[in-house]
Amino acid sequence: MSEYAVLGKRLPRVDGPVKAAGTARFTDDLSLPGMLHGKILRSPHAHARILRIDTTLAESHPGVRAVIVGEDFGDYRYGLKPDTRDEYPLARGKVRYLGEEVAAVAAVDEDTALEALELIQVDYEVLQAVTDPEEALREGAPLIHDDKPGNISVHMKTSFGDVDEAFRQADYIREDRFYSQSVLHGFLEPNAALALWEAPNRITIWASKQSPYFLYRNLSNCFNVPLSNVRLIQPYIGGGFGGKNGGYPVDFCAVMLSKKSGRPVRIVLTMEEVLSSHRRRHPMIVWLKTGVKKDGTLLAHDCRIIADGGAGTGVGPSTIANAFYFLNLPYVVPNVRFDGIRAYTNRPISVAQRGNGIQQIRFAADVQLDMIAEDLGRDPVEIREKNGAYTGYKTTSGMHVKSCGLRETITEAIRAAEWETHYRPWREKMHEPLGRIATGVGIACNSFESGARLTGHNCCTAVIKVHEDGTVSLLTGSTDSGQGSETVLAMIVAEVLGTRLEDVFVPQTDSSVTPVDPGSFGSRVSSTAGNAVLIAAKDAKQQLLKVAAELLKADPDTIEFRDRKVFVREAPERSLRFRDLARQTVAWGSGTTVIGQGSWGQSIPPLNFETGEGDAGGAYSFGTQAAWVEVDTRTGKVTVPRMVVAHDLGFALNPLAVEGQHEGSIAGGVGHTIYEHCVEENGQNLTPNLTAYGLPTVYDLPEEMVSLSIETIDPVGAFGAKESGEGTQVSTIPAIVNAIHNAIGVWITDLPVTPEKVLKALRDKKAQARATTEGQP
Amino acid sequence: MLDQLIHLKVNGTLHTVAVPPHRTLLEVLREQLGYTGTKRACRVGDCGACTVIIDGKAVLSCLTLAVEVQEKEILTIEALGDGDRPDLLQQSFVDCGAVQCGFCTPGMVLSAKALLDENPQPEREEVRRAIAGNLCRCTGYAKIVEAIEDAATRLS
Repeated sequence: MSEYAVLGKRLPRVDGPVKAAGTARFTDDLSLPGMLHGKILRSPHAHARILRIDTTLAESHPGVRAVIVGEDFGDYRYGLKPDTRDEYPLARGKVRYLGEEVAAVAAVDEDTALEALELIQVDYEVLQAVTDPEEALREGAPLIHDDKPGNISVHMKTSFGDVDEAFRQADYIREDRFYSQSVLHGFLEPNAALALWEAPNRITIWASKQSPYFLYRNLSNCFNVPLSNVRLIQPYIGGGFGGKNGGYPVDFCAVMLSKKSGRPVRIVLTMEEVLSSHRRRHPMIVWLKTGVKKDGTLLAHDCRIIADGGAGTGVGPSTIANAFYFLNLPYVVPNVRFDGIRAYTNRPISVAQRGNGIQQIRFAADVQLDMIAEDLGRDPVEIREKNGAYTGYKTTSGMHVKSCGLRETITEAIRAAEWETHYRPWREKMHEPLGRIATGVGIACNSFESGARLTGHNCCTAVIKVHEDGTVSLLTGSTDSGQGSETVLAMIVAEVLGTRLEDVFVPQTDSSVTPVDPGSFGSRVSSTAGNAVLIAAKDAKQQLLKVAAELLKADPDTIEFRDRKVFVREAPERSLRFRDLARQTVAWGSGTTVIGQGSWGQSIPPLNFETGEGDAGGAYSFGTQAAWVEVDTRTGKVTVPRMVVAHDLGFALNPLAVEGQHEGSIAGGVGHTIYEHCVEENGQNLTPNLTAYGLPTVYDLPEEMVSLSIETIDPVGAFGAKESGEGTQVSTIPAIVNAIHNAIGVWITDLPVTPEKVLKALRDKKAQARATTEGQP
Repeated sequence: MLDQLIHLKVNGTLHTVAVPPHRTLLEVLREQLGYTGTKRACRVGDCGACTVIIDGKAVLSCLTLAVEVQEKEILTIEALGDGDRPDLLQQSFVDCGAVQCGFCTPGMVLSAKALLDENPQPEREEVRRAIAGNLCRCTGYAKIVEAIEDAATRLS
C-alpha cells in the first residue's frame, strides 16, 4: 500500500465534467435582470493629449444609460507599489498607447453601446510616440509620464562577488546581444466583468481574475468603499497565465457604469481589444557577458537589460528582479553584475506572463552557454552538469537551494531524448552538405521560484468545514485559472481526512466568504496554499480525533483516517465510517462544528527590488528540456516534432495535472520561440487576430511530448512539492534555439525564429564561408 | 434592421425567436436561448470555441447567421451529457486530462464528435485535422488528441 491514499495518483480534475459538459459558467455566461452591456472607447493614437471629450450626443442616444470618462474616477491611480501607481481606469489628460481606454458606455445591448461610442467626440493633440525602449531612453525623447524623467519605470543595479576580478581570471569571455519579442498570454476567454453597484456603497462583481484580491483592494480604494462591502465572486476562468492578475479598466468601468446607471453592467472584451491593447510579456533586450575557465566552469555574468515596459509599471519591478535572480540559478555563477532598466514606451503595458522575466534571461544565458561550449569544443551536457547548482548551494546573492535535482533532470532528459544516438556536435557535421530537411537536438536547463514572496500580505489561508454527512468544503482564496489547483488542494484535504476526492467541494473564490489570498502567481498555489490547506486539514482532523478516541476507546495517536474509514492502526477491525464520526462529532456534548483553519507563508524576507539580495521564493524547482527540430533549409520553417521536459518538482501531487502543466508550458514556449508576435507599424497593430498573431494550432506543436518528474521531496512545500507549471516554460526557448544551431549551424538570437530569419542566417553563413575561402591563398 | 421571426431546432427542441438578420447563431444561442455552453471567444472564426454541429458538420457559430440555419438540426454541447453524466467522449476528455481551463473544451468536444460520428475509427492525422481549427492555450493538444483516440477505442 502506498504511503498516500490520494496524493500522487493520476486523478482527473474535479471540475472536468462540468467543463466538458459546457455547464461551467464563465463571466460572459452570467447575466442579471436588467443588465446593460458596456463598451469601451479606445485611443486611436499611441501618444496624444486629450483636449476635449464631448459625450453629449452619446448620452442622448436612445438606449444609452450611462457614459463615463476619466474624470469620473477623480484622481484615482493604481499600481503594484505606492511609487508605481501610474495607471488610470480611464485616461486622464493624455493617452499613452494605442487602444488605451478613454471612455465607456453602458446601453441596453451591444449594438447600441457600439453606436454610442461613435458619437463620443474626442479632440486629440497628437504627440510624438516612442515605441522602442532604446529610443525612449535616449536624451530628449518625448516624456511618457511627466513625472518620470528619462522614461525610466524601474532601474535595478546590483552586483555580487568581484565581477571584474573574475573576468581577469577567465580563460574565455563572450559577449552577445539577445532580443525576446512581445508575446501575449493567449488565453481564449477575453477579460470580462459583470458588476452590480448597490447604493449607498456595496459592490458585487463577477470578474475573470486569477488573483481576485488585487481587484478587491483596487475597488475599495477607487470607489471609497470598505473592503467588507466589496464582494468579488470568481466564476470559472478561461486561462490566465499572468494576464488576469490585477484590476484592469474593464473592471473599474463595469462598476462605475453600474453606479451611474443603477443597473448591472457586463463588459466582455473582444479578442481584438485583448490582442491590441491588453497586457503582455515584457519584450527584452539582453546584453550578456560571460567569463569561463577553459574547462567551461562559469566564473561571472555581467548583464545589462532593457525591458520594454509599455506605458505603465504594472508588476514590472518583480519582472526586472526575477531577471536578476535567475542569472544566479540554475547554474553556479559566483560573480554576477546586473543593470536592468524597464523603460516606459507608448505601447500596451507589459506585465508578468508564465515565467515573469525569466524566459527572456534564460533564453540569453542558456543559448550563450551552448555558444561557449561550441567555442571551447565542450559538450553541452557536460558543461551543464559541471556548472549545475546542488542541494545546499547558496548563491552569492543569498538564494538558498534546499532541494535540487538538476543533475537527475539532465540525465533523465537526455536519456528520453536518446541524446547519445541523435546528438553530434555541429563542428563534426559542419562540412557535410545540408539536406532539404536538417535535424538537430538541443537542451537547456531552468530554475524557478516555488512560491514568490511579495511585499505586503503574503500568506495563504484555508478554512475546512466538515459537514455532518462526512463531506467537506474547502474555502480558499487561491484561484484555479485552469491549472488544476482546485483538484490538487482538494486532494490534500482528502489525504489528511481520509476521505475521497469526490467528498471534497471547493467553492470558487468569493471575497465575502473565502479568506484573503495573494493570488495565483509566482507559482504559489500548490506550495503556499497547499501548506495552508495541510495545516487546516490537520486542525479539522484533530477536532475529529478527540471524538474518535472516545468512540474507539483508543489513544488518538493510534488512530488512522483512510478511505472514508477511521480505525485503530494495529486493530483495523475497531473502526467507524468517517461520515458516522462526522455525525457523532457534530452532536457531541452540547454540539460542535468542525472547522479547521490554517495559514502559511514563506518565512523569508520580501523580494528585494533594490539589490536582489536574498531569496526569490520559498523553494526552487529545477529542470531540463530537450528539443528535436527539423529545419526546412529551402523555406526556413522550423518545426519541433518532439520535446522532453524533465522537472524536479519536489513531489508530484497529481501526475496527470503535472503532465498537463508540462505540455502546456511547451505549447507557450514553442509559440514564443517560433510563431507568436505582435507586429506594429506607426503604433498600429497589424496582428489584431489570433491567426495573424500566431497562437499555435495542433499542427504547430510537438506531436510527442515527454513529461518526466524528478522527486526530491523539498523540505518547504506541502508534501515536498515544488512548482511545475512555470519553470517548465523557462527553458523551452533555449532548448529549441540550441537545437536549431545543432541542425544548421546558425545562432538565432532574435525572437521569434521566423523563416525569414532562418533563411537570412543561412545566406549570411554561406556568404561568410565564401568570403573566408576566397580570402585564402 | 427589422427583426425576423425564425425557427431554430436546437438539440431537438424547436425555438421561435425574433432576430435581426445580421445576428449570428452564436449570439442567438447564447443571449436569446441560453445555450451558454457555446463559448464566445474570438468572434471572427479564428479559435473554434463557438463550434456547434449543424446537420452533422462542425460549424463556427460566430460566422453563421441565425437566419441561415432554419430547418437544420443544430447540436450544441448541451445535447451531450451533463456534469453528472458526461457522455463517453466527454468522459474521455476528463479522464485523459484534456481539460484545463475548459474554455475551448465544448467546441473541441463538438469538433471531435462531428469527426467520430462520421468516422468512428479515425487515423491520428484525421484527428489532428478535425481539431486544427480549435485553439487551446493550456494543453498543447497532445492530451486532446489522446482523448479523442481513447473515445474512438471505447466506442468500438
